[in-house]
Amino acid sequence: MIFEYAPAPESRSVVTLRESYGLFIDGEFTPAESGEHLTSLNPADETKLAQVAVAGPADVDRAVAAARRAHDTVWSRMSGAERGKYLFRIARIIQERSRELAVLESLDNGKPIKETRDVDLPLVAAHFFYYAGWADKLAHAGLGPAPRSLGVAAQVIPWNFPLLMLAWKIAPALATGNTVVLKPAETTPLTALVFAEICQEADLPPGVVNILTGEGGTGRTLVEHPDVDKVAFTGSTEVGRQIARAVAGTDKRLTLELGGKGANIVYDDAAIDQAVEGIVSGIFFNQGHVCCAGSRLLVQESIVDELMPRLKERVAKLRLGDPLDKNTDIGAINSAAQLERIRDLVDSGEAEGAERWSPACDLPENGYWFAPTIFTGVGQAHRVAREEIFGPVLSVLTFRTPEEAVGKANNTPYGLSAGVWTEKGSRMLWTAERLRAGVVWSNTFNKFDPTSPFGGYKESGYGREGGRHGLEAYVG
Amino acid sequence: MAERRGGKKADKADKADKGGAAQAARTPAVPARLAVRKTYKLYLGGAFPRSESGRSYAVTSTDGTHLANAALASRKDARDAVAAARKAFSGWSGRTAYNRGQILYRVAEVLEGRRDQFVARAASAQGLTRVRAEEVVSAAIDRWVYYAGWTDKVAQVLGGANPVSGPYYNHSAPEPTGVVVVFAPQNAPLLGLTSVVAPVIATGNTAVVVSSEAAPLAAVDLAEVLATSDLPGGVVNLLTGRVPELGPHLAAHADVNALDLTGTGEDATAFEEAAAQTLTRVLRRGPDADGGEEAWLDPDPGTSRMTPFLETKTVWHPIGV
Amino acid sequence: MPVPHTASAPEATTDRALRTFLHGLPGVDEVGARARAQDLSTRSIKTTAKAQAIDLAISMIDLTTLEGADTPGKVRSLCTKAALPDPSDRTVPGVGAVCVYPDMVPTAVEALRGTGIGVASVATAFPAGRAPLSVKIADTAAAVADGASEIDMVIDRGAFLAGDYLKVHEEIVAVKEACGDAHLKVILETGELVTYDNVRRASHLAMRAGADFIKTSTGKISPAATPPVVLVMLEAVRDHFAETGRRVGVKPAGGIRTTKDAIRNLVLVNETAGPAWLTPDLFRIGASSLLNDLLMQRTRLTTGTYPGPDYYTLD
Repeated sequence: MIFEYAPAPESRSVVTLRESYGLFIDGEFTPAESGEHLTSLNPADETKLAQVAVAGPADVDRAVAAARRAHDTVWSRMSGAERGKYLFRIARIIQERSRELAVLESLDNGKPIKETRDVDLPLVAAHFFYYAGWADKLAHAGLGPAPRSLGVAAQVIPWNFPLLMLAWKIAPALATGNTVVLKPAETTPLTALVFAEICQEADLPPGVVNILTGEGGTGRTLVEHPDVDKVAFTGSTEVGRQIARAVAGTDKRLTLELGGKGANIVYDDAAIDQAVEGIVSGIFFNQGHVCCAGSRLLVQESIVDELMPRLKERVAKLRLGDPLDKNTDIGAINSAAQLERIRDLVDSGEAEGAERWSPACDLPENGYWFAPTIFTGVGQAHRVAREEIFGPVLSVLTFRTPEEAVGKANNTPYGLSAGVWTEKGSRMLWTAERLRAGVVWSNTFNKFDPTSPFGGYKESGYGREGGRHGLEAYVG
Repeated sequence: MAERRGGKKADKADKADKGGAAQAARTPAVPARLAVRKTYKLYLGGAFPRSESGRSYAVTSTDGTHLANAALASRKDARDAVAAARKAFSGWSGRTAYNRGQILYRVAEVLEGRRDQFVARAASAQGLTRVRAEEVVSAAIDRWVYYAGWTDKVAQVLGGANPVSGPYYNHSAPEPTGVVVVFAPQNAPLLGLTSVVAPVIATGNTAVVVSSEAAPLAAVDLAEVLATSDLPGGVVNLLTGRVPELGPHLAAHADVNALDLTGTGEDATAFEEAAAQTLTRVLRRGPDADGGEEAWLDPDPGTSRMTPFLETKTVWHPIGV
Repeated sequence: MPVPHTASAPEATTDRALRTFLHGLPGVDEVGARARAQDLSTRSIKTTAKAQAIDLAISMIDLTTLEGADTPGKVRSLCTKAALPDPSDRTVPGVGAVCVYPDMVPTAVEALRGTGIGVASVATAFPAGRAPLSVKIADTAAAVADGASEIDMVIDRGAFLAGDYLKVHEEIVAVKEACGDAHLKVILETGELVTYDNVRRASHLAMRAGADFIKTSTGKISPAATPPVVLVMLEAVRDHFAETGRRVGVKPAGGIRTTKDAIRNLVLVNETAGPAWLTPDLFRIGASSLLNDLLMQRTRLTTGTYPGPDYYTLD
């Protein structure tokens, strides 16, 4: 029989959206001085969710000044213990409002509720809890006897994990006594604005957290602002380069978490069913909108015929559709622009001779959608093997020996993540040791934890977020 | 370095040399024995070649006395130095930390053995007093000992197990970033140089070092020490020459992983901008950059010059039966 | 029973061949298997899908009583319930089978006559299986002679853990022969095998030896039918089918008490072995108290009101 899962939508009623949102500066929502705004869409059906202000230079000035004032007069002078208590309080409110935030994140981003509910939100709260506890223990962090805050942190985050990236940025900055001006991504500003409400609810002193919505220009103005002490950016390698150039010659500290083209290496002795799961979560988690995605599958040639049918059978079971349906595995592509980029790269893969496969998969009529896609017969020279697609597209390559696997895995300007699948411990360690990547998942993939440092080698950026290491970027 | 005469102490030789040079202009004297002068060359991939450009430049002491001609490294020498450093990287970073510590300690031993030579050099080239020269050389020797001890501790200090919320073993450890271009301080040619090079290689990086332009001779002398201390060829590659000429190529080089901008002066910003193109790591000029050898005397610089050239790798593995 | 899987086992079954085969199976990463099972447990089965799943689950139940205190009266009333799970609602399907000890087979057969519901009997010195093979065969033969259409045997876990795969294999072959036309379910007692690697190996061993079903547990040992164990066994039958073309059934037993548990198992079947296994011919659930919970949830769905336990029979 065919066991059809009936629609199981999560209720939208937990979310109350305002018609429009201002900028969050000095503890208050305030309109942009220019009066400009942008509209945030639901990528699953292209309906309008809300209008948000576009911050211009004058707004950036105001926000940085508010952050400076808050830093100098309140936040850096407060005891670590008290700062920590604010962060604990924020963590608790996030837990209390987690369903609301999960639904809103799914609406604004297009990712499945299953992920926002079970991955994003628990990690967001955990991140605040983790760094809350550091606030009064910085002297024990191995960063000197009395680490000092840097001042005002300018933070620019991407659209793929809007609230989680916010947590990764704000929690360590606040724990270490810095104040922040954060710019969420243009297409996913809404959960950051609810976070601003949470700051109000937590009675966080005004100016400690400022949220400036806007487009690329807003972010550029912010990171180039002369009164910023620290810049933290997560996003594309191209923008990362621009930022690195912009801060050259200044005293601004910089951390960058950029693109990736992660290799997922499957040896012939791998636990094959778990490897298949890891390949799937490696590339199809969050529609592949993951900088550390395992977008290059490197399979030992001797098991490629055994692995590929299993993989395809498994991919065919992925359920694509309404992000708010609790059974959805693959949600919407975040924006029309991203969909266009995915299509362009996938077309290039076909044009360059790689073999394209997708399961039978009905795409909804409205919204931005892309079926899970696998390319086989891919060579290192193909664009789909070299460029970050940032979508549900897997490129499959083969290797013969461990040396070749490592060689191919490292043969990229990126170096963010990699996976290794083998039941042989010594081979796992041998491989992990040689992979030039900041995170190596062996016999698992796409796992995150606030205690676990995350960040790249080479053109995937520099600095680490998470763990004790994540404090280093925010103290002088 | 100036010509030396048999049996005489170096500082005396220098005085004699100055006098001699003045006299020589008037009445040529026939020496009892003609000293053999050293040709100061580059140190690339374990060998001492001249610049491929065939160029050299005159090196004088701080009071203007001609000391020697040093090789004037070219863009292509810089390119070769990066290639040599890259070639040496996997071997050097793959050695055990213990072994790297042994070799760095060996550097200290060999340097100690040539202590008088370095003291003389510091006095003659930099115009240091004998006491100050001895202090600087001692500190340089001790700096190698210091970093020899760090090689197998830094991973324990900077890394460790992370208590993730789930059935996973999760471990973070520092790893060398790769090829590091070190622009050595301009007016701290021995202790300053040692202080910026030793931490880079202690952790397994390989280095391309651009020495002080005005005072490159100690660097070449040090290269000879390195070459005789079991340090594999290519781990340290030394370029003598001009930062404005070499720097742009090194800063923008796509196979360079990190820059130490200490000796770059006004070029620092331009190099940092060039480095942005491939997200090359950058250690900016610190307060010690122009402070002379005295600025590097702190016997315990900690990890501050190692961490900028380390990557943190985090490895996850499930825990199950 | 047809044995079309000889293609994959061309050589004579020897200890060495079995060992090579079983130890050559891909490993199972415990954490990964648990994570996959957990992920599937978050599937939300509502409204029409839930109604469909409940009736399917009822039809898959091996309604079981395996107690030292079983009496003919107890068995007869259970059989009544098996045929007519909800006296107030005749649209409820009958269960898959009634499962009893061998000495209760005649009673159950008599009580179920005309209902179309078969009798399954545990055999082979259930649950420990610590008896000579001749006794196990006699146990099986007696149950079959008394009318059992399905036999639930236990493997020799001691032999398996000692690496004596040939002994385990030969016992299954011998019991299978004693079954005649009766279907053979082979109980692995996964709670005693402990690791998922062992579960996978024992599954393949049982299938090679001719099992029609592989079953998790006796119900006497905990843990029993945990979702990851069921997942690994479903992967095994899926792989065996891909290799041999023969579909072997799976029966989780022990610990499945609620509708949610049952539906999670159906989701596991659907997304692991595939929809072809969603039939009582290939998936059974060994349970006793589960049935009433399914009936109550069924009532809730059809009437919209929450039911009380007093309205369901205790048998």
